[in-house]
Amino acid sequence: MAEKSKHAAHDHPDLSHLPSDAALRVRALESLLIEKGLVRPETIDEYVEKFEHEVGPHNGARVVARSWIDPEFRTRLLEDATSAIEEMGVLGAQASDVVAVENSESVHNLVVCTLCSCYPWTLLGIPPSWYKSYAYRSRVVREPRAVLQDFGVELNENVEVRVWDSTAEVRYLVVPERPTGTEKMNEQELAAIVSRDSMIGAARLEA
Amino acid sequence: MDGVHDMGGMHGFGPIPYEVNQEPFHDDWERRVWGLMFATTPPEDGTLDGVRHNLENMPPHLYLSYRYYERWLYHLTTTVIASGAVTLDEVLSGKAAPNSLTRTDAAGPESVAPYSVTQYRREVDAAPRFSVGDKVRTKNLHPRGHTRLPRYARDKIGEVILHHGAHVLPDTNAHHKGECPTHLYCIKFSARELWGSEADPRDSTSLDVWECHLERA
Repeated sequence: MAEKSKHAAHDHPDLSHLPSDAALRVRALESLLIEKGLVRPETIDEYVEKFEHEVGPHNGARVVARSWIDPEFRTRLLEDATSAIEEMGVLGAQASDVVAVENSESVHNLVVCTLCSCYPWTLLGIPPSWYKSYAYRSRVVREPRAVLQDFGVELNENVEVRVWDSTAEVRYLVVPERPTGTEKMNEQELAAIVSRDSMIGAARLEA
Repeated sequence: MDGVHDMGGMHGFGPIPYEVNQEPFHDDWERRVWGLMFATTPPEDGTLDGVRHNLENMPPHLYLSYRYYERWLYHLTTTVIASGAVTLDEVLSGKAAPNSLTRTDAAGPESVAPYSVTQYRREVDAAPRFSVGDKVRTKNLHPRGHTRLPRYARDKIGEVILHHGAHVLPDTNAHHKGECPTHLYCIKFSARELWGSEADPRDSTSLDVWECHLERA
């Protein structure tokens, strides 16, 4: 047995730490594009850094938290989200024209892009892979209740489910319900409990 | 186009790979593709609609078997070859051909501005044909080119719930035929109108539809 595994190790060195095929193809293209002067590596780094860390769901969460504590802001947000969000300085890439839709005791909203992967980047960051999956894109318009059940979202009997399919350069932001037991929290504390998935409609918030 | 990308309502894709608070990237090569997608000098006549159409034009078996950022890599590769910026031989060898043209104008990191707004809304003289509350029917269109009217919402009756003003029309913009700004509306369709009598009567799907894809119901 020991003899056999030694032999196998000799024939087949451990390749598990080698880069994947996709990683190799990306590296080859990147180095070619740099050599041709079509891209600068520091600009690639900057796009990753800015979109992975500087923008993100903390921006959307601030908008939602403010709508919970400031009724006038909430009215403006629901009437003209683009202007209301502009006031907060977080409009931008893939979130230049925004509609906010509110969840309530009787309505649950859920956002998708069935044709590709449209998503409000400056408000929610880079989309998670489940949002871009074929299963989500295909199922959610047809059986939103089954999808919500898979996400663990329990709906009351009388709740209407509204799905929003992002087919234009307009992005939809779900304003989740404020959980009970958060009455004493300030705006910053409230923003900290607003999850990304709740602003897509894939989760409900608990205090 | 009636491509495999237009998957709203299709059966058979299995369970959603959902994880609570899933991170956007699984591997470093995905980060590099994200950065390359925006940092690479685009073709002079490039548009976001053209990017979407190029991805839709992938052979369906590749579209379905590639991971998300591999599709972007496909887009990047086909685009730099199609624009003449690099040759197929250079992509295959991973090296620039000797004495080939090298550019010096690639964007620097100071150009990365996530909070800069890109408007697709345009001012037009034409008055909107429809108003909030109107009943409309989507046309039964099956263009070979790019469109953002999904198959599941064609030839269906819905209600205008928002008017977004006039927006750049993807159907022309993706094909270098101009922006043709056209009034854009959010149309609410009942689940029963879209999916038949077995759908839940309480539910709906709303989507943005351009005026040229609508008629009065």
